[in-house]
Amino acid sequence: MSITLGHYLALAAMLFTIGLAGALTRKNAIIVLVAIEIMFNAAILNLVAFWHFKVFTTLTAQMFAMFSIAIAAAESAIGLALVIAIYRHYRSVDVDEMKTLQG
Amino acid sequence: MEHAEYLQQLASQQWLIPLIPLVAAGIQALLKQRSRKLSATLTISAMALACLLALRAFFATLGGDHGDHHEVGRAFYNFTWFAFGTTKLELGFILDPLTAGMATMVTFVGLMIFINATGYMHDDVNFTRFFCFLSLFAASMLGMIISNNLLLLFMCWELVGLCSYLLIGFWYYKPSAAAAMKKAFITTRIGDVGFFIGILMLYHQTGTLNLYTADGTGALQQADKLATLAGWWGLSMAGTIALMLFIGAMGKSAQFPLHVWLPDAMEGPTPVSALIHAATMVAAGVFMVGRMFPVFTAGAGDWVMDFVMWVGCITAVFSATIAVAQFDIKRVLAYSTCSQLGFMVMALGAGGLSAGQFHLLTHAFFKALLFLASGCVIIGTHHEQDMRKMGGLRKYMPITFVCYVLGTLALAGFPLTAGFFSKDEVLLVTYHHNKLAWGLATFAAFLTAFYMTRQIFMVFFGKWRGGEAAHGHAHAKHDDHGHGHGGHVPHEVPWNMTGPIAILSVFAVLMGWLGTPWLGDNFFHHYLAPSEPAPHHSNLVLWLSIGVGLFGIFLGWFFYGRRPMEHATDADPLQAKLGALFTWLNRKWFIDEIYEATIIRWTMALGVLFRLVDKLVVDGLLHAIAWITWGISWFTRQVGDELIINGGFDAGCEGVRGYAKILAKLQSGRVQNYFRILCLGTAILLVVYFIK
Repeated sequence: MSITLGHYLALAAMLFTIGLAGALTRKNAIIVLVAIEIMFNAAILNLVAFWHFKVFTTLTAQMFAMFSIAIAAAESAIGLALVIAIYRHYRSVDVDEMKTLQG
Repeated sequence: MEHAEYLQQLASQQWLIPLIPLVAAGIQALLKQRSRKLSATLTISAMALACLLALRAFFATLGGDHGDHHEVGRAFYNFTWFAFGTTKLELGFILDPLTAGMATMVTFVGLMIFINATGYMHDDVNFTRFFCFLSLFAASMLGMIISNNLLLLFMCWELVGLCSYLLIGFWYYKPSAAAAMKKAFITTRIGDVGFFIGILMLYHQTGTLNLYTADGTGALQQADKLATLAGWWGLSMAGTIALMLFIGAMGKSAQFPLHVWLPDAMEGPTPVSALIHAATMVAAGVFMVGRMFPVFTAGAGDWVMDFVMWVGCITAVFSATIAVAQFDIKRVLAYSTCSQLGFMVMALGAGGLSAGQFHLLTHAFFKALLFLASGCVIIGTHHEQDMRKMGGLRKYMPITFVCYVLGTLALAGFPLTAGFFSKDEVLLVTYHHNKLAWGLATFAAFLTAFYMTRQIFMVFFGKWRGGEAAHGHAHAKHDDHGHGHGGHVPHEVPWNMTGPIAILSVFAVLMGWLGTPWLGDNFFHHYLAPSEPAPHHSNLVLWLSIGVGLFGIFLGWFFYGRRPMEHATDADPLQAKLGALFTWLNRKWFIDEIYEATIIRWTMALGVLFRLVDKLVVDGLLHAIAWITWGISWFTRQVGDELIINGGFDAGCEGVRGYAKILAKLQSGRVQNYFRILCLGTAILLVVYFIK
């Protein structure tokens, strides 16, 4: 059985769903961050897969994937820094407790 | 042809001469108060550079073949400053003998004054500010000299006024200095009004403010046309304009009756007095008349030239009489300047452009010398200005003494000195024009020799009288800008003060040979105004002028040198002879008091009257309007504002607040809630999309 584009897309969809579920349900801010990273990677996997199966003939998808990786790295760095700052302030990383910005 | 091109090229670079001191002034304005050395270096080197440029221009105007066709070598460079609609506003620079000669004199004398000032202002805290103003002063004067345009000339003219205001009041914390600066500014401003009217009339008549243009439509080139038009007071248009311009010159060059500011200008530091009285401020008026001379001479049948001559003559005699009875060393020189300016203006009025300008140049040198030397005396005697408390300084300050004597001889017109040749020229021109004016001027020349000799004997001969008064009140009065008072014995001043006066005294003695009629052609006359007929030589004028000069010196010795004053409190020997007349002269003919009692009092009375009108009529009306407005606004506030607007507004606000409370519940602050709603929304959108 050869691996087709469909397999890749299915894997990416699964990864994305796992990530989404984690981001929506977990209380630990770090886990939420990790879940968001998984979603990112699902999207990047999609791009690379499309390029591999010659859906796009140009290098656009490759470039897009590179950019996304770089942005994901920057985003997680900022996210972690924020989590650490929040931890120092609240002595907790529970997202439900971070609700100062309410009406 | 080649030479004309060279002149043209130089004329287009004339702006460099004032720009260099201007840039120096700009830099110094940004310097810190304590960067004194840098400030002085900047000022002096900028001036030296400007002097070199001026010399280059001067030598350029020397060469050439203008001597043959009685036309001076003149080049100018005009350019458009800005245009609105079809009207262009042009500015321009000029290079001709008048400009080149003046620029050389101003830069050179200015340079000497600046070097001397480093010594005089040595102990002053605001050294940097002083040199900044000096640079600006020189820059504005040079800008005035090189301008080929009345607008540029007027701008620089006003800048000169501003700088003299700033410098006279340099020690503004002294009430007398603050008063003097205002007096100088306001008095010259009275003249400036006339000048400005003259400029406007000239513009109205000729349609241009350029003095010379290549196509011959410059304001001065149209002077002959102006002479044919009718003006005011029975004058031709040229005469009227000339009169208005001359009023400006009267203010600037301190001619009677606008002379009152000049003696008070002594309140500034002495280098400023030297600058104002020799190179810049007062020279500006005489220079301007020289510059606009074609307009003055165009109306030949008018009484304007006679008016100019008589104003000069009256000023010359009048100020000379006052100078005889003054005790302040600088005040004597101030009135002497007034008197010498009278000589210059008189020569111009008698039609002698070159005589007037020559006297201006020589006078600049020896008067700068005398002022700087008096500055040395003031520093050497620890800020003493009263001549009665000096005496015997010849032993303590030998260099200053020699220079002072040379300057005095030049001013008194001692044979073969600079003042002798220039004053002789002035007297000669006047003699051919009007015998009465000549007689009065000769009397003024006699007084000049007399009061200068009186000053020399009071200051430098006899014995030192300063010590005895030092304990009294008079000493404390002058002790206002801290100078290390060790003993009270006078001392010689350092080289940076004596050096400049030594150089200037060489010029004061020798410079006259530039304008002597004895060495073939009169060089200066030929250089400046070749088309002007040289006045016939007159033995009477020559010998009489030598005679009165020597007689004045003799009388000075007779009264003050034979038996020098013993004590500072002694009466002046002349006081006994003249009595009330001496007091009359000492109080300057009570001119200040007359102004005080007439013009100033009338102005004050008018002010009080206007204030009453203001209080009763204007303010009454205003208050009535205010009360009515107040009443109306009270009513609208109670009914309109409080009841309707505020009420309605409050109700609206309450409503908004209520709804806002409900909506605020949506913002829980929980990130995941937002995210959930986002996902839900996306899901619904997707479902809708696929169903469609």
